[in-house]
Amino acid sequence: MELFGDPGTWLPLTFAALMGLSILIYVVLDGFDLGVGVLFPFAEEAEKDRMIASIGPFWDANETWLVLAIGILLVAFPTAHGAILTALYLPVAVMLIGLILRGVAFEFRVKAPAPWKDSWNRAFFAGSLMTSLSQGYMLGLYIMGLQVTWFTLGFAAITAVFLTVAYSFIGATWLILKTDKALQRKAVGWAKGGIWGVVLGLGAVSVASPFVSPRIFDKWFSVPEIFLLAPLPLISAALVALLAYALRHLPTKDDGWAWFPFVATITLFVLGFFGMAYSFYPYVVPEQLTIYEAASAPESLFIILIGTLFVLPMIMGYTVLSYVIFRGKATLLSYE
Amino acid sequence: MDTLLLSRIQFGANISFHILFPTITIALGWVLLFFKLRWQATGAAKWMDAYRFWVKVFALSFAMGVVSGITMSFQFGTNWPGFMESVGNIAGPLLAYEVMTAFFLEAVFLGIMLFGMSRVPSWLHTLSTFLVAFGTTMSAFWILVLNSWMHTPAGFEMRDGVAFATDWWAIIFNPSMPYRLVHMLLASGLTVAFLIAGLSAFRLLIGDRSDAVRATLRTGLVMGALLIPVQIVAGDFHGLNTLEHQPQKVAAMEGNWETRGNVPLLLFALPDEEARENRFEIGIPNGASLILKHKADGVVPGLNDFVAEDGSVTHPPVAPVFFSFRIMVGTGMAMLLLSWAAVALMWRRGGVQHLPKPLLLALVPMAFSGWVATLAGWYTTEIGRQPWLVQGVLTTEQAVAAVPAPMVLTTLIAYLAIYALLLFAYVSVLFYLARKAARGEDIAPRTALSGQAPVAVAAE
Ligand code: HDD
Ligand code: HEM
Ligand code: HEM
Repeated sequence: MELFGDPGTWLPLTFAALMGLSILIYVVLDGFDLGVGVLFPFAEEAEKDRMIASIGPFWDANETWLVLAIGILLVAFPTAHGAILTALYLPVAVMLIGLILRGVAFEFRVKAPAPWKDSWNRAFFAGSLMTSLSQGYMLGLYIMGLQVTWFTLGFAAITAVFLTVAYSFIGATWLILKTDKALQRKAVGWAKGGIWGVVLGLGAVSVASPFVSPRIFDKWFSVPEIFLLAPLPLISAALVALLAYALRHLPTKDDGWAWFPFVATITLFVLGFFGMAYSFYPYVVPEQLTIYEAASAPESLFIILIGTLFVLPMIMGYTVLSYVIFRGKATLLSYE
Repeated sequence: MDTLLLSRIQFGANISFHILFPTITIALGWVLLFFKLRWQATGAAKWMDAYRFWVKVFALSFAMGVVSGITMSFQFGTNWPGFMESVGNIAGPLLAYEVMTAFFLEAVFLGIMLFGMSRVPSWLHTLSTFLVAFGTTMSAFWILVLNSWMHTPAGFEMRDGVAFATDWWAIIFNPSMPYRLVHMLLASGLTVAFLIAGLSAFRLLIGDRSDAVRATLRTGLVMGALLIPVQIVAGDFHGLNTLEHQPQKVAAMEGNWETRGNVPLLLFALPDEEARENRFEIGIPNGASLILKHKADGVVPGLNDFVAEDGSVTHPPVAPVFFSFRIMVGTGMAMLLLSWAAVALMWRRGGVQHLPKPLLLALVPMAFSGWVATLAGWYTTEIGRQPWLVQGVLTTEQAVAAVPAPMVLTTLIAYLAIYALLLFAYVSVLFYLARKAARGEDIAPRTALSGQAPVAVAAE
C-alpha cells in the first residue's frame, strides 16, 4: 500500500477517478437508451419496436454502471454517500420509480396481452422521462452545492430539462447508427431539433458554475489555468459545428458516417465531464467535504482495489463483446 | 408515525418486493441450463419448448429483480446513512464485490442469453446461460455474507464507533453464513420447483397435453420432492446455530418466556407482550426441548432473560417472529406432503398426465408457496434481530436518516402503489403466457431473419 506514497492520498484519488469513470460511462450508455425512451412518443407503432430492439440487449448492463457508481460512492466515501443521498431524497425516489417503470416495461410491453401494450409503451416513455429529468435535477442541485433556495431550485429545473434534451440527442444519434430508412431519417430530424438544447445546456452549466462558486471561478480564470483549459470549450465548439454540418447531410447513400454523430456526441459528453470533474476536485460534496475527508479506511479500499484491478478489465471485455455481437442495424423480428 | 418506523416499513416493503424475484431467478437460471443441456443431449423438441417458455418467465422476473434491486442499493444512503458510516468498512467491500463479480456478469450475458441465440455459436449461448445462473448465485453469496455478518458479526474491531476489518476470512465465513446461504439457495430451488409445477399443472388442467408441459411438471415435482427434506434438515441446523448466537431470536420463535427444561413445541398460541405470557397455547409436550437440545428436559432460553433491570426490553417483538416462523415451517410441511404425494402417484400411475385432478388443482395455488415461505423466513430472521441492525454493534435507531417523516411517507405510498400494480401485472402475465402456451401459440417457429444483423425484440 505504501508503494505509491501515502495511501490516505492516492487511494481516495483512485476511487474518485473510478467513480468518475463509472458515472461517465453510465451517462453515455444509459444516456442513449434513456434518450430513445424519451423519443418514444414521436415514433410510429412499428418504429417503437425497432427502437426497443436497438437497445434491448444493452440496457440492463448500461444501468449496472449506475449501480457501480453509487456503489463506489457508498463504499469509498460513506459519509458523502449519506449526505448526498439524504439531500436528494425526493429526486432519487422519482428516479427510482422512473427506472422501475421503464425497466419492467421492456418486458411487459411484449409479454402482456396485446390491449395493454399501449399502456406499457406509455409507462416506458414516462419512466424514461422521469429518470432523465430527475437526474438532471440532481446534477443541477449538486452544482449548486446541494443548497436549497429558490434560485438553486430554478437552476436545477433548468438542468433537468437540458439533461433530458441531451439524453434524447444522444439517443437520436444512436438511432442514426442503429437504424435505416424512414426511422433513420426521422432520427436525423430529432437530432437536428435537439442540438440547440445541447448547446444551451452546456453553455448554461459552464456559465453558472464559476458564478455560484468563487473557488471554481478562480480555478478557471487564473493564469496559466485559463490557457490550459481553453481547448475544452474550443474543441466542444468545433464538435458542435461539425455535428450540425453532418446532420444536414445525413443519411448518406452508402450509410457511411452514420457513426459520426454518436461518436462526436460521446466526445462532447466526455469533454463536459472533464470540465466538471476539474471544477469540483477535490470536493465530493461541493464546498463541504473533500474526497480525502470522506474516504473509508485505507485497508478496506485496498481490498476493493485489488478486486477491481482484476474484474474491471473483464467487465470492459465482455461489455465490448456484447456490443460486437449485437453490432449492425437493428431489424425487427416477429415471432408470431 | 415517526421517521424510524416509516423507514423500517419502507425498507421492509422494498426488500420484500425485491426478494420475490431473486428467489425465482437464482434457481431458474440453473433450471434453464438444465433444459438447454437436455435438449442438446436428447434433441427432443420438448426440452427446447420448455426452455422457450421458461426463459420468458426468467426474463420478466429478472427485469423485476433488477429494477427493485437498484432501489435497494439507494436505500442504504437515503434511509440508513448510519449503517455505512459505522460498518461501511466491512459492508462496502462486500457490496462492491457483489456488483463487480455478479451484477455485470449477469447483465451482460443476459443480453446474449436472451437475444443471442441466433447470433452466436450454440456453445457460447450455453456458456452465457451458465454465466447468468452463476452470476445470480454469486450475487446471493455476497449479499448473504453481508446479511449473515449483520446477524453474527466477526473479524472486526471497533474504533471510535466505527468498525474496522481485522480478518476478512472471518468476516466472509462468519458463523451463520454457511447455514443462511444453504437455506436461502434451497429456498430458491423450492420456490422455482413449485412455480414450475404450479404453472405446468395449470396448463395441464386447461387442456395442454404437450410433451413439454409433462416434462416440466415432472421436473418441478421431482425437484420439489428432492429439495424439501434437505431444506427441513438444513433449517433445523440453522436453528441450532441461531440458538448459539442469537438465543433471544429462538426464544421469540418458540414463544418461550421463562428459561427452563421440558419446553413444549407450540403449534399455536397468542403471545402477549404486555402480560409476558401466551394465550390459547396448543403444543406438543417437550417438543421444543427435543428439537433444540435433543433431550426432553433440555433447557431452552426464555424471553424474560432479555429484560434489563430498568425494564427495557432487548429481545425482538415476539408475535411477528413467532407467527412468521410458523408460516414458514407450515408451508414447508405442505410442500413435503404435496410433492411426495404427487411423486408417489406419478410413479404408481405411470406419468403426470394421470395425476388426480384435485391434486393438480392444489398445485396451482402452491405455485407461489415458495414466496410465502421465503418472505416468512426473512421476517423471522430480520425482525428477530431487532432492536439491533448489526447484532450487538449498531441499533436500527442509530442508523436512521434525519429525513422528515412526511417525505418518507410520500415515497412509501408511491412505492407501495407501484409494487401492487407490478405484482398484479406480473402474476397475470405469468398465467397469460401459460394460457397462450397451452393453446400452442408458443411453439411457432421463429420467422426468417431479415437484414444482415437481426436483433430480437425480446424473448417473446
Ligand atoms: C444487506 C442487508 C440486508 C439483507 C440482505 C436483508 N435485509 Fe432485511 N433489513 C436490513 C438489511 C438486510 C436492515 C438494513 O438491517 C434492516 C432495515 C431496518 C432494520 O431494522 O434492519 C432490515 C429490516 C428488515 C425488515 C423490517 C424489520 C423491522 O424493522 O422490524 C424486514 C421485514 C426485512 N428486513 C426483510 C428482509 C427480507 C425479505 C430480506 C430478503 C432479501 C432481507 N430483509 C434481507
Ligand atoms: C439489502 C440487500 C440487497 C441489496 C442492496 C440488493 C441490491 C441489488 C441490486 C442493485 C440488484 C440489481 C443488479 C443489476 O443491475 O443487475 C440486485 C439484483 C439481484 N439481487 Fe439483490 N439486493 C439485496 C438483497 C438480496 C438478497 C438477500 C438476495 C439473495 C438471496 C439478492 C439476490 C439478487 C439477485 C440474484 C439479483 C439479480 C437480479 C435478479 O435476479 O432479479 N439480493 N440486488
Ligand atoms: C420446514 C422446516 C424449516 C425449518 C426448520 C426452517 C428453519 C429456519 C430458521 C431457524 C430460520 C431463521 C434463522 C435465523 O434467522 O437465524 C429460517 C430462515 C429462513 N427460512 Fe426456513 N426453515 C424451514 C423451511 C423453509 C422453507 C420451506 C423455506 C422456503 C422455501 C424457507 C426459507 C427461509 C428463508 C428465506 C429464511 C431467511 C434467510 C435465512 O436466515 O436463512 N425455510 N428458517
